[in-house]
Amino acid sequence: MSDSHSDNGGRRRFLIGAAGALGAAGAAAVATPFVMSMLPSARAKAAGAPVEIDVSKLEPGMMMTSEWRGQPVWVVNRTPEMLAQLAKNADRLRDPGSENSEQPEYCKNPNRSTAEHPNLLVVVGICTHLGCSPQDRMKAGNGAGMGEDWPGGFFCPCHGSKFDMAARVFQNVPAPLNMRIPPHMYLADGRLLVGADKSKGA
Amino acid sequence: MKQHSRLMKLLAAFAAASALSLGLMNQPSFAHEELALDHAPIVEGDKGSLQRGARAFANYCQNCHSAQYLRYSRLTDIGLTEEEIKANLMFSSEKVGDTMTVALDKADAKAWFGNPPPDLSVEARVRGADWLYSYLRGFYKDSSRPTGWNNTVYHNVGMPHVLYELQGVQEWVGEEGHKTLKLTHPGKLSEAEYTQFTADLVNYLVWMAEPAKATRIQIGVLAIFFFVLAFFVTLALKKEFWKDIH
Amino acid sequence: MSTSPQNTKLAQLTEWIDARFPMSSIWRDHISEYYAPKNFNFWYYFGSLAMLVLVIQLVTGIFLTMNYKPDARFAFASVEYIMRDVNYGWLIRYMHSTGASMFFVVVYLHMCRGLMYGSYRKPRELVWIVGMAIYLCLMGEAFMGYLLPWGQMSYWGAQVIISLFDAISPPLALWIRGDFVVSDATLNRFFAFHVIALPLVLVGLVLVHIIALHEVGSNNPDGVEIKKHKDPVTHIPLDGINFHPYYTLKDLVGVSVFLGIFSAIVFFAPEMGGYFLEANNFIPADPMKTPPHIAPVWYFTPFYAILRAIPQKQLGVIAMGAAVLIFLALPWLDRGLVKSIRYRGTLYKTAFGLFITAFLILGYMGTQDPNLWYVNPTSQICTVIYFSFFLLMPIYTRLDKSRPAPERVTS
Repeated sequence: MSDSHSDNGGRRRFLIGAAGALGAAGAAAVATPFVMSMLPSARAKAAGAPVEIDVSKLEPGMMMTSEWRGQPVWVVNRTPEMLAQLAKNADRLRDPGSENSEQPEYCKNPNRSTAEHPNLLVVVGICTHLGCSPQDRMKAGNGAGMGEDWPGGFFCPCHGSKFDMAARVFQNVPAPLNMRIPPHMYLADGRLLVGADKSKGA
Repeated sequence: MKQHSRLMKLLAAFAAASALSLGLMNQPSFAHEELALDHAPIVEGDKGSLQRGARAFANYCQNCHSAQYLRYSRLTDIGLTEEEIKANLMFSSEKVGDTMTVALDKADAKAWFGNPPPDLSVEARVRGADWLYSYLRGFYKDSSRPTGWNNTVYHNVGMPHVLYELQGVQEWVGEEGHKTLKLTHPGKLSEAEYTQFTADLVNYLVWMAEPAKATRIQIGVLAIFFFVLAFFVTLALKKEFWKDIH
Repeated sequence: MSTSPQNTKLAQLTEWIDARFPMSSIWRDHISEYYAPKNFNFWYYFGSLAMLVLVIQLVTGIFLTMNYKPDARFAFASVEYIMRDVNYGWLIRYMHSTGASMFFVVVYLHMCRGLMYGSYRKPRELVWIVGMAIYLCLMGEAFMGYLLPWGQMSYWGAQVIISLFDAISPPLALWIRGDFVVSDATLNRFFAFHVIALPLVLVGLVLVHIIALHEVGSNNPDGVEIKKHKDPVTHIPLDGINFHPYYTLKDLVGVSVFLGIFSAIVFFAPEMGGYFLEANNFIPADPMKTPPHIAPVWYFTPFYAILRAIPQKQLGVIAMGAAVLIFLALPWLDRGLVKSIRYRGTLYKTAFGLFITAFLILGYMGTQDPNLWYVNPTSQICTVIYFSFFLLMPIYTRLDKSRPAPERVTS
């Protein structure tokens, strides 16, 4: 092999490049299992798996609480009066059209519920301010000390945030967003499945 | 040449270690005394066999033996869907992400059997496939035992012959020092069928003990290719720079 | 002072750091202008490989600690959780268990190099002493790490070894255990030592080890001091070459071979026939049931064989301790005229050969059932050979007819 400097330099650069490329590939390959190991394990995924809820016995005007991924999930069966009231709340709400809040596409409507069950509100029962769980103030009017013009909804005791019967946040309260609607769907037998929907599955 | 002998030494070390590893891959030393064990005719990775074994385990073993470190959902690795798992293999658990626990109370088990039936998640790593295979085929009638059964591989075992309906009844006959097992009452399965049944069950137990094994070997092949390549590239790089020496 | 033709951003940054931290001078003194003998051979790979394994153990250890539970109720289950539920947990676990054994393979070969070439001789006594401190910490680290999976061998191995302290001082054993038997208290404190205390000490000792080495310069297979012949102008040893790039690149080849072997084990035979991962350790620890054969992990077996070879318990413990500590005396026991085995006479080579053979046989005896007829007699003979290598060394190294070592390195 020729001993000229340019030959040497070229071969040297090539070998450094080849070794460098192998090293980079090797480093990426080694890093992958470590990084992946920090993603949710099978146990975390099992614990966070979708939850089936039997809503067949939920009367209109009633609310039930279940759990999904460590958080409370409310299912509220709203009466026709409650649903009618929703449209009238718009002026008092921060985000009546749910532009900024988190909900699936199929719940981005005035009722914030699915087309098949417009009366059922499925919402993560956590205030969007600092994470407390709001209380039931579903009865309209002065009943629970909320004032004469209270349209019905939820009240968070920690810092006074208020939400209506579609879990939309009022103006002039600390919470910034409407409460979160999780992905959900209804199964063949009418049971509610929270945590999965037709778009991406479990 | 010095470089040649050094290279040869490195390659020899690598070859030796690889040969040792590959050889040892198939001859692990397990926790048992010197016994003549039958070789378990299992084909690791045979999904049909593993599925039959899963069914056997759920139907015959899981009344008493848990496999608490394995989740039902992991069975998708052997080709089952979650619906199939829920329909055929889950009797007391609710969610497919649950682990394979049993309802048998430990205190009750100790009272009935002497020792609580052990969890079998990693039993195959303790005993080895051959031991488990020989054990499942080694039960014989023994009226001196509380359960009425004894076992050639595990003397005075507390476990009864759960599979006797399938295998039939064996007895330990012959003169002292030259005893053998003899099938005196045939079971529902022929000998060949029972052999297949136990092989499938042992195959499943081996899989259960280390579900990641197949993945491990697959990635390993890639890793070895990488390091062989890396060896030649780094060696060439080293030699190129070392031309400057002397 | 920047001598680079363009004052690039990188050069400016380097200057800024160098004005505040000796970065470039450390790079020069210890890497790019550290002059190592040019005749390093196969036996000189194992220092850098030991450092590599230390890094592997630290990184895999950190990730295992993310999911391991140091509680007697949960430890065994948490290891199976890592093996099954954590993404690639099985790989991290196997790397750590293989790394533990490979650490000792590498370290024993590294020490063997030291023995062969007289690397413990003046002026490198302190390098050797710090190295022995590292070896002792490593043994402690491995011993404590082995308890963590909380299997039968974990539990009973710890029980047996700690009970040796019982033979010396029962209050001491009680203090080590934190309980009357090996229990959750023991597990928790061994976890603290294994994960934090000893790794910190090990990293510190490795730094001291390298600094001490660089202070006097490396030895070499011929045992000659390369600093004796320096270039009159540059003052660089005539037989020295820059550590970087020559030995960084050469060590890189060694790394690729080592990682190839390491991968072969991790991916194809992580249990190594029961020597790296023991079958019995897949049974959860049961204080009520002692396994029929309790043997330490393979890297402790030579010393375990010496312990069992001595019939009296306390003497056995002392002999086992002495067998490890006696290495410290080597720099002062060796009265030979040459450093390297290459120039020693037949007497020394015979003694060395006997020592290595005895060590290997002791290692094998440590794995065997002591009731077998040949185990105790063989262990006893080999123990005598083992100690004689050291205790008779002042005599036979003086009598040994060595050849004169060369002035300059060969090969």
